[in-house]
Amino acid sequence: MSLAALPGTDLASAIVITPTPLADWLVIAPVVVPLLTGALLLTLRHRTALHGAVAVAGLAATALCALLLFVRVSESGPVVMTMGRWLPPFGIAFAADALGALFALVAAGVGLIAALYSLRDIGTADRRYGFYPFLMLMMAGVDGALLTGDVFNLYVWFEVFVISSFGLLVVGDDAARIDGAVKYAVLNLVATTLFLIATGYLYGVFGTLNMADLHSRVAAAGPEAPVSTLAALYLAAFGMKAAAFPVNFWLPASYHTPRIVTSALFGGLLTKVGIYALLRVLVMIMPAERLALSSVIAAIAVATMLIGIACALAQNDVRRMLGFVLISGIGVMLAGLALGNAAGLAGAILYGVHSMLVTTALYLLAGMMRAAGGSYSLDTLSGLYDRAPLLAASALLLAFAIAGLPPGSGLWPKVMLVKASLDAGAGWLAAAILISGLLTTIAFGRVFLLAFWRGVAETRPAHQRRRTSRLAFVCLGALLLPSLAIGLYPDPFVAAATNAANGLLDPAHYVGAVFPGGAR
Amino acid sequence: MEVALSVVVGAFFAVAIYLMLSRHMVRMLLGIALFGNAVNLLIFTAGRIASEEAPIIPAGMDAPPGPIANPLPQALILTAIVISFSFFAFLLVLAYRAYQDLGTDETDRMRLAEPVADKLPPMGY
Repeated sequence: MSLAALPGTDLASAIVITPTPLADWLVIAPVVVPLLTGALLLTLRHRTALHGAVAVAGLAATALCALLLFVRVSESGPVVMTMGRWLPPFGIAFAADALGALFALVAAGVGLIAALYSLRDIGTADRRYGFYPFLMLMMAGVDGALLTGDVFNLYVWFEVFVISSFGLLVVGDDAARIDGAVKYAVLNLVATTLFLIATGYLYGVFGTLNMADLHSRVAAAGPEAPVSTLAALYLAAFGMKAAAFPVNFWLPASYHTPRIVTSALFGGLLTKVGIYALLRVLVMIMPAERLALSSVIAAIAVATMLIGIACALAQNDVRRMLGFVLISGIGVMLAGLALGNAAGLAGAILYGVHSMLVTTALYLLAGMMRAAGGSYSLDTLSGLYDRAPLLAASALLLAFAIAGLPPGSGLWPKVMLVKASLDAGAGWLAAAILISGLLTTIAFGRVFLLAFWRGVAETRPAHQRRRTSRLAFVCLGALLLPSLAIGLYPDPFVAAATNAANGLLDPAHYVGAVFPGGAR
Repeated sequence: MEVALSVVVGAFFAVAIYLMLSRHMVRMLLGIALFGNAVNLLIFTAGRIASEEAPIIPAGMDAPPGPIANPLPQALILTAIVISFSFFAFLLVLAYRAYQDLGTDETDRMRLAEPVADKLPPMGY
């Protein structure tokens, strides 16, 4: 029996009748382009010389699509596309709102710059083991997680980028990476399984997985629905993915073991996807339960900030120190989630953008310090100020940025978060943010003191010294410039973050875009 | 039936968490396999089971005549099974490689990435 033969059914209310306008395909482009490039790279697996160029071209196209999507979302509100003709809540919807589009844009940009840096860093052996296909699939997973409008689909994209990150993590030649990979793989698998448990219960309770639909249904749910349990489960699962304090130990065990480009990408992107998922689920879908959990989240935030940075002070390896600094930054973002108002969330979102740029840049900087100084260890690094003055200048600017000092990008999000905490009467939260900033300054001050200022008698002959490549400086500059732009001219960035925060707090436009005919 | 399966799911979770708390990779892997299956059974149970009816509404009716199982959780489980299987396969290979490279299957003795006696940074120069 054909569908048209059924009397009395309004097909337009159940399935997509008109094809999706071509412009709306933009919402899946940041996922499709890296997926296809990854597939292409797999077919080219024996022609490793081509890998770098293909990956950079693919990521450049991805970044362009993400930019167009961001412009479109900023101008005309959320963009939605439904898969397989079934309208939401049955069909899986891809929905880009201000937050998703902003994070996808920064993630794609950071991915492109890291791929450029990797051209000199990733040799033939690593290419043969599939570094670039894994990289493209991980970017597809990250962008998919940021743009999907369905909770189970979010789980699938999490798994896509997690399993690609396993691949990236084990590419290399020393045994330490296997050690790191064991801990990373097991604990990340437990975290995503917790996410799946929460999602199973969520479907059992509400019978829907569409985020816009869930927003309305959770708001309408009676007190008998166990939403608080679900919120706590999601907090545990995404907190583990974001490396929040009691469940953060997989990060310092693994992030310093792979290639430095891999560390830079992981540090820049993966934990931020956890923060994004926390914002999406706790702020947009379960706002009342976020409020109930806010004191717990605030305590986690303070512990993550202070314990993270205290551990960073005790590290001799620059990469391990960066891992702990990254954890401390996660605490700063969780502080915004704990506050939960527009100002706090905007601060957390802007800090997320800043953290993606600056963390990636710091790991790349560590790679360049090793290229110039021959080590990652603060014991032996010395004399870099003489040998690489440009590197020293970049290091100083990045240290200011991560510590939250002007002219770096860390200043304004921290100002917003401190002001929001004081307005909310949480002076201790503001104090924790400021103390962690001070300790970050000390940690990076010491790196600068030891690695750059400490003079050393040059024992190696001049021809053995390795020059830092120009390409690496271009990549570092490409990350440093937007960071400085946020620090020196914050208005458009603060406006974008506030817009994203408002979209989470009042997702009427998002729900309206997913359900054009009104919610069920 | 749902009650019995709920008990099974609880037992699976308990055993899985007990095994995952072990320091030995082989036990952890068994725990992870059970953990994944516990979640799959959980979703399966949440989708209602006691029925052989196909989830199709007959012509001329607005709702199914009797209780039917929800097919969507079963589709979710299929996805989850594929994912957990591939993860498990990867972890098996990783654990074997770790045993070859690090000479142990005990996570407490895998200290290459995080040495026990890690140096502190210099206090000055």
